[in-house]
Amino acid sequence: MSLDAHALDESDHGHHDDGPPHGTLQSYLTGFGLSVVLTAIPFWLIMSGVIANKAVAAITVMAFAFVQIIVHVIYFLHVDFKSERGWTIMAFIFTVVILFITLSGSLWVMYHLTSNMAPTSAVMRQMP
Amino acid sequence: MTVLTDAVAPGAQAPVFYVADEHEHPEGSSTYLGFWIYVMSDCLIFACLFATFGVLGGNYAAGPAPKDVFELPIVAVNTAMLLLSSITYGFAMLAMDKNKVGATLGWLVVTALFGAAFVGIEMHEFAGLIHEGATPQRSAFLSSFFTLVGTHGLHVTSGLVWMVVLMVQVATKGLIQANKRRLVCLSMFWHFLDVVWIGVFTFVYLLGMLR
Repeated sequence: MSLDAHALDESDHGHHDDGPPHGTLQSYLTGFGLSVVLTAIPFWLIMSGVIANKAVAAITVMAFAFVQIIVHVIYFLHVDFKSERGWTIMAFIFTVVILFITLSGSLWVMYHLTSNMAPTSAVMRQMP
Repeated sequence: MTVLTDAVAPGAQAPVFYVADEHEHPEGSSTYLGFWIYVMSDCLIFACLFATFGVLGGNYAAGPAPKDVFELPIVAVNTAMLLLSSITYGFAMLAMDKNKVGATLGWLVVTALFGAAFVGIEMHEFAGLIHEGATPQRSAFLSSFFTLVGTHGLHVTSGLVWMVVLMVQVATKGLIQANKRRLVCLSMFWHFLDVVWIGVFTFVYLLGMLR
């Protein structure tokens, strides 16, 4: 088993200088087309104010951003499971996990800190 | 000892559990992964700045709110500039794959022009904000806004400097292996900045208008 893996290693060695996979004209244009659509729709949603409910509008816009980030990562940054024998995507997943912890943790902790603080003058003015 | 040797079938190669010789690493073979890890660490800088903006973005200190100072049409034009520069850099990479020096340089020039337009429009926006009195010192919202968007703009500017240097390199030395490697690294950097911009226009500008 270990011998097989080693043999694969050796045969793979010649391809090192090819670097990360490049896109084709087709894949770049697909990514660009998708990005244009995924950028134009949220801008139009906010600028025209079609969705009256702010929470729904916010979630919709964030969903478009999420999809567009994935489109960019696949079509422009060419992250896949094969490049660098999977280390590219491992580093990427690790970063996404840290990113998620940093963002959600900061917002969660600071939101609760604010709501547990002593009432500010603005709140006190509304008090009976 | 003898028991162990007997376990190996006769004629079979003795298993090797270590690499006998350090095998050869061609020059630059680890550059891509190393640069990718740099880009990912840069991503964490932006994660911290986004978290800061997320926490402080609502503290106006009785100063201007996003609705008062942001102009979405300008942001839309800026987004278009960066997106166009991404696709033209892609065309430069395709030209590089075919070893066409002229086409590669041409697309790099177009990319740099779009990038410069992006930085120019952002500078114009910042100047307008500061002129209106919406300076970084005004409120926590504006401090975190200028830090986040300014850091991104600074990255784009350094990407432009790098791009000009590479254009000179390619023009003088041609598309040699080292130059190709550098162009691939810059492509990762450039497309990464576009990904960060998606986060900026969504969380700072679009969601800011909803606040």
